[in-house]
Amino acid sequence: MDWLKTQLGFSVLLMVAIIGVMMTLVAYCIYFERKVAAYVQDRRGPNRVGPMGLLQPMADGIKMFFKEDFIPAKVDRGLFLLAPAVIFIVAMIGFAVIPWGGQIEFASGRRVSVQVASLDIGVLYILAVAGLGVYGIVLGGWASNNKYAFYGGMRAAAQLLSYEVPMAMAILIVVLTSGELRLERIVAAQMLPESGGCWNLLLHPLGFFLLIIASFAEANRTPFDLAEAEQELVGGYHTEYSSMKFGLFFLAEYAHMITASALMVTLYLGGWELFPFSGRLGWGWLEWLNKGTAWPAALLRFGIVFAKIAVLIFVYMWVRWTIPRFRFDQLMRLAWKSLVPLGLALVTLTGVLVYLDRAVSWSAPCGNLAILALLWLRLSCSRRPVTGRQTHMPPIPSGGGGT
Amino acid sequence: MIREQDLLVVKEPPVTAAERAYLPEILRGMITTFRHLFHRKRTVQYPEEKAPQRIDNYRGLHRLNRDEQGRVACVACFMCSTACPANCIRIVAGEAPWPDREKYPVEFEIDELRCIYCGMCEYACPVDAIELTPLYHVVGRTRADMIYDKEKLLDVYDQTQGIKPRKDPPITGYAGTGHPDRCTRKLEQGRT
Repeated sequence: MDWLKTQLGFSVLLMVAIIGVMMTLVAYCIYFERKVAAYVQDRRGPNRVGPMGLLQPMADGIKMFFKEDFIPAKVDRGLFLLAPAVIFIVAMIGFAVIPWGGQIEFASGRRVSVQVASLDIGVLYILAVAGLGVYGIVLGGWASNNKYAFYGGMRAAAQLLSYEVPMAMAILIVVLTSGELRLERIVAAQMLPESGGCWNLLLHPLGFFLLIIASFAEANRTPFDLAEAEQELVGGYHTEYSSMKFGLFFLAEYAHMITASALMVTLYLGGWELFPFSGRLGWGWLEWLNKGTAWPAALLRFGIVFAKIAVLIFVYMWVRWTIPRFRFDQLMRLAWKSLVPLGLALVTLTGVLVYLDRAVSWSAPCGNLAILALLWLRLSCSRRPVTGRQTHMPPIPSGGGGT
Repeated sequence: MIREQDLLVVKEPPVTAAERAYLPEILRGMITTFRHLFHRKRTVQYPEEKAPQRIDNYRGLHRLNRDEQGRVACVACFMCSTACPANCIRIVAGEAPWPDREKYPVEFEIDELRCIYCGMCEYACPVDAIELTPLYHVVGRTRADMIYDKEKLLDVYDQTQGIKPRKDPPITGYAGTGHPDRCTRKLEQGRT
C-alpha cells in the first residue's frame, strides 16, 4: 500500500473516488431537481421508488439504459456518437484541479494534497475546459442533421462565447486579488492567518454575482437555457438523441453545474473554510479543521466543500424554478451591455487596489458599493424601455388606425 | 373607424431602477418560490388517499335507477340514445309486463369506453331513470367488460343509492373547482 502514499497514487485513488461520488451526485441532482421543482409548486415530487423516492435515480438510470438507442438515418454518425462523450468528459475533467481539502500527512512524513492535479495554471485550465464545453453541444446540434438541433447548437455557441468574457473577468478579479493561478493557493489566500485574506465573496460581492450569472449561462441553465428551449426548439441540441446518449447530455448538464459550483466555492467562497474569519478566532479545533494534516480533518474539509457545492446547486435549481427564460437578444444585451462593462469596472477597481497594495481591505467592498451606486444612478436616470422594444417604429396614431 | 372617445390609452407603468437592474426583482421572485417550499403540499396520494368525493356534480359511471317497487325505472323511450353524441347507448325495447307503462328496456347497454361522460342522457331522460354517479375508478380486463348491460347498471344503482339518492339530490359541493364550502354557500345563496 506504499504507492498510495505518493501524490500520484493518491491522485489516482482520489480520481476514482471523485468520479464515483460525482456519478452518484449527478444522478441524485436530478432527483433533487425534481423534488425542488415539486416543492416550489406545492407538490411532493418523486416519492414512490424507495423511501422518499430515494431510489428514483436507479429507476431513471435503468430506464435510460433500456430505452431504444435510435440513430437517425442521415446523421453524421461519427460526430453524432462523439458529441455526448465529449460533453460528458469535458464536464467531468473540470474536477481535476479543484482542491477538495488541503493536505494529508502520513505517518511516514510524506504529504499529499487532496487534489487530483495541482497545476500551476489551474485557473487557466478551468477556463479552457469551460470553453471546451460548448463543443459537445455544437457537435450534437450539427451532427443531428436537424434544424432545431442546429439552432440549439448555434445558440449555445453564441451564448457561451458571450458569457465566457464576464466569467473570465470575474475570475480575473480573484487572480488579481490573490496573485495566484493555483487553485489551492487561492483558497489558502482566502484564509486569515496565513495571508490576512478573507473570502473573496466579502471583498467582491459583485464579482461573485458576475461569476454566478455567467455560470448559469455556461451550464445552460434557466434563465439561459436557450440552447434547449423546449418550447421553441423541440429539445434543442439533443432533439435527436435517445436512450443513454440523451442521458449523457442530461447528466453532463448536472456535472457542469457541480464543476461550476466547485469553482465558485474555490474562488469566492473560501474553499474548505467553515466560515469567514475562522482563523481570527484562534480556536484549536478550527485550526485543526483549517490546516490539520490528519486524514479526518481532510475528510471534514472535503465535506465542507461539498456542503457549499450543495447549497450552490440548490440555488441553481431555485433560480430555475423561479425565473422564465430570457429572449436571445435580451441574453446578448445582458452579457455585452451589462455584465461586460460591470466586469471591466470591477477589474479596473481591483487593479487599482492591487497597485495601491490595498486589495485585501475595506477598500474592495467599498469600491464595489460605489460601483453599485453608480449603476443605480445610471438605471434611475434611464427612461428607455427595458425590453428592447423597437423604438424606431412610428408611434400608434391617436384616434387613427383602421377598424 | 374608431372614434377618439372609444380609445382607452393605457400608459405603461414607469420602470423603476430596481426593475431595470433585474436582480432585485429576481430576488423577490426567489423569496416567493422559497416560501412555497414550506407550503402545504396539494398532492393527493391517489391510491392511498382520495380527493373528497364529488357527490352531485361529478359525471362518472352511469346507473339505471329503480322505481319504488324495485323495477327498472326506464320506459325505453330512446331519448337518451338519441341525445347521446357518442352513440354509446343501445336499447332494445319490449312491451312492459306492468300496467303503469307501455314499454320497458329488454336490453340496455352503455359502452363505457365510448362514452364521453357529457351527461346529455341524464338531461334527456323524462323519468330520471339514467343518471351519472360519482364513481370514477371503473376497470375492466377486456373491451367487452366495459360494455355495461342492464343488470350491471342496475347494480351500480344499488351500490350508489347511499351516496346519491335518486330524486332531487341536495347540492353538496363543487370539490375540485374551488373551496367546497365557499362554492356550496354561493350555490345555496343563489337558490334562496
